[in-house]
Amino acid sequence: MSKNVLKVENATMQFGGVVAVNNLNMEINEGEIVALIGPNGAGKTTAFNVITGVYQPTNGAVWFNGEKIVENHPQGKMKKLYKGEHAGDYTNVLAPTPDKITALGMARTFQNIRLWKSQTVFNNVLIAKHCRTTSNVFSATFRLNKKEEAKQREEVLELLKIVGLDDVKDELATSLPYGKQRRLEIARALAAEPTLLLLDEPAAGMNPQETEELTAFIGELREKFHVTILLIEHHMNLVMDISDRIYVLDFGKLIAQGTPAEIQNNQRVIDAYLGVAEDA
Amino acid sequence: MNKNKQKTIFTAVVLAVLLAACVVLDMILPSYHIAITVIKKATVYSLVAVSMNLLNGFTGLFSLGQAGFMLLGAYTYAVLTIPMAKKPGVYQYFDGGAIPFSVPEVFSGVLGETVGTLLGMLFCLLLGGLLAALVAYLIGLPVLRLKSDYLAIATLGFAEILRAFFQWNALGPITNGSNLLKSYPVFSKATPYVVLVGLMIAVILLLITSTYGRAFRAIRDDEVAAEAMGINLAKHKRMAFIISSFFAGIGGGMMAMYMETVAAAPFKSALTYEILLIVVIGGIGSITGSVLASFLYIFFSEWLLRGLDSGTFLGITAPGIFKNGFRMAVFSIIIMVIVLFFRKGIMGDKELPDLIDKRSRKRKKEAAE
Amino acid sequence: MQEMFPYLLNGISVGGQYALIAIGYTLVYGILRLINFAHGDVFMVAGLVMVYATSSMPFYLALPLVLAATVLLGFTIERVAYKPLRTAPRMSVMISAIGVSYLIQNLAFYLTGGVPQPVTNPIPWISENVKLLGASTKRVTLLTPVLTILLVVALVYLINNTKIGMAMRAAAKDFETAQLMGIKINRVISMTFIIGSFLAAVGSMLYFTNYPSVAITSGGMPGLKAFVAAVFGGIGSIPGAVVGAFVIGLCEEIIKGLGYTTFSDAFTFALLIVVLCVKPTGLFGEKVTDKV
Repeated sequence: MSKNVLKVENATMQFGGVVAVNNLNMEINEGEIVALIGPNGAGKTTAFNVITGVYQPTNGAVWFNGEKIVENHPQGKMKKLYKGEHAGDYTNVLAPTPDKITALGMARTFQNIRLWKSQTVFNNVLIAKHCRTTSNVFSATFRLNKKEEAKQREEVLELLKIVGLDDVKDELATSLPYGKQRRLEIARALAAEPTLLLLDEPAAGMNPQETEELTAFIGELREKFHVTILLIEHHMNLVMDISDRIYVLDFGKLIAQGTPAEIQNNQRVIDAYLGVAEDA
Repeated sequence: MNKNKQKTIFTAVVLAVLLAACVVLDMILPSYHIAITVIKKATVYSLVAVSMNLLNGFTGLFSLGQAGFMLLGAYTYAVLTIPMAKKPGVYQYFDGGAIPFSVPEVFSGVLGETVGTLLGMLFCLLLGGLLAALVAYLIGLPVLRLKSDYLAIATLGFAEILRAFFQWNALGPITNGSNLLKSYPVFSKATPYVVLVGLMIAVILLLITSTYGRAFRAIRDDEVAAEAMGINLAKHKRMAFIISSFFAGIGGGMMAMYMETVAAAPFKSALTYEILLIVVIGGIGSITGSVLASFLYIFFSEWLLRGLDSGTFLGITAPGIFKNGFRMAVFSIIIMVIVLFFRKGIMGDKELPDLIDKRSRKRKKEAAE
Repeated sequence: MQEMFPYLLNGISVGGQYALIAIGYTLVYGILRLINFAHGDVFMVAGLVMVYATSSMPFYLALPLVLAATVLLGFTIERVAYKPLRTAPRMSVMISAIGVSYLIQNLAFYLTGGVPQPVTNPIPWISENVKLLGASTKRVTLLTPVLTILLVVALVYLINNTKIGMAMRAAAKDFETAQLMGIKINRVISMTFIIGSFLAAVGSMLYFTNYPSVAITSGGMPGLKAFVAAVFGGIGSIPGAVVGAFVIGLCEEIIKGLGYTTFSDAFTFALLIVVLCVKPTGLFGEKVTDKV
């Protein structure tokens, strides 16, 4: 039995009257690649935002490496609004900002690419190392951290080589073609030295060949960086190829979970999702 | 020779030439000469413009509180350095003021006249910067949570509050109320200004190119991504705000030196606007640009375009048109043209060493053709 | 209480004048998300034009001229300084606004020679003194709140019941969609500036009637205060701006009445900072969230 990395318990996210994520329960173990799928608007990205601390959930809790990092109980206006079955189960409010969660070892990419536009490819990755720096602003300004800086630069170069972006390292991030920008986002997330990597639609907008390359690439990441991966994806080939397990969301609710084979044969999933959508 | 080395040498040569020119000017011209005045004022403006650029250009925090922090620095410097003998005259409405010492004199007592006065002056400049930094910390707690234009207006408002506070009669024994502070020691030559400001800008440059500076720029480019990559927004914004205010405070102290009198009146929002426009002219995100623009701005407005105000310009005499205020009117039109049509300013986001890049690129291009 | 009464009276009057300026800020912010830093200077120019116009022609000709000139100025500023920057980052537009403010002040300095222009009974009748409950005041003090309310009611009617009003609401709600739906966005924006400048001109005439002179920096403070009023009320909301303006006008005069004149300006900004930190959306503002 391998170690539990992420556990989401009864997470609910309500925006006014809309329940974007409803009572979500998930568990991810060390070394797994887990996919979160579902039709558009099913609440996948919202779930990501809850896990990474961008949103404060209406109710529920998140554990990371055995430590409770997010917990919330409905309060104020939400108290009246929230009528979920787990109302009252959670009594604390733990809502760390995303940077704290990243510091704990979780890093993500974005669905709509969010690279730092005015920075080079190299710097985009190097900046993600900032959260691991031990120097303070004085030692950094007066260059007392030369060793650390040199080490970080070396690591970044290494990382860029692995993801195949070392030849464009001095170009502006936004001048890269789309597929490479997505790779850069992944490289940037890896630079933050995560144990859990969250990928939000890494293959969005890619053609079949690029998608295939990416599938292999994600598989390699697990080996090379010893990361556990949670990904949101619409390309079913990719999902079925690399996932160990799959969670399926529909209208904010978890409707199925299991291995790719189980999901492919699950009637509810087929009804909700696969049955209507052509396999991409 | 590799390019980095080339760049370093280029930069060093340019800076050395400038410094040498300044020293020479100091030797051959009297300290009241307009050239010396221009250098002094422009260096002070450079420092403040660079400090503002650090915040507005590099961190993307649109703050308009610069004048307030300069005011803190200016008052700190003036209040602490007025010689004991001059106090009864300066604080004539407040019984010689409430502060029973003068820092440069205290220092002189220990270290001797020359060294003591100099160190005392520098120490008071530093204190001004530290006070500005402290106040920035306090103000930042509530204000930095605000988004772009709200932040701008809140910092602007804060600077106005400070100004009112310093004019308050109850603080008169320290601030002299709405009367002038004067007779404090100043540098009369231009070189000390250039050296001091040069050192401080060098520190800011080092900061900007350090890992923290990169984090600032990440916040400017995309806050959400920066936070997701582990950059603590609150902490880094506060840091940028405090550091920028520290240097604005020192700039304020040097402004006090340059002006030789201090009152709250010049530290209005108009001063902040002026500095902001200098930053824009130079290029938001370029330290070199801010410095260059400060010098151009001061050179044009204090010297070259003087004639526009006094009847004769370029040999044309037309007292009806070239009267008081024409210079600034022409100037603000030029600024609007830059703001509207040359939004990148003089330098864009390039720095001094990058200039050699362009040249070598051009040369390479020529070679290829 | 008796000695406070004139201050309260004055407060309501100043509040009304701030309200007229604040609407200009709030309308523009509602649509362009821009703090129009030049609005206070437009207000000042209206005062200057009034001084010049009333001294050279009868007031029934002068007043329409002031209104027309101010409206033209507001319209021109938008066309020249803001329209070219429609797609530029917000910071550029704000800088342009500051640049315009700087330009107007410097031009005004040049034209007036930097001398404050004395206001000498520009509009008959309204600057005459009257007695009310034992306090002596100018008629304009009493007239201002009434006129303000009338104008605001007319404006709200315009926004809620006319086609251009509907277009303005649509543009405030969602600029891009409104554009896609065939709303002539530039016309809407011009209209916003015209209305804002018109109201500022009215406010200016009322305001400067109560003051001895118009200086080139006279617009800055009332402009900023009116902006604070707009923020306080919830920027984008017209009733909010009006309520905020009256609150600020009253508080300011009460502080003066208590003998802390030095801090009457500072108070406004302290209020601003408190409001922004406690409830950034103001009294009636809508909440906007960023999408990740």
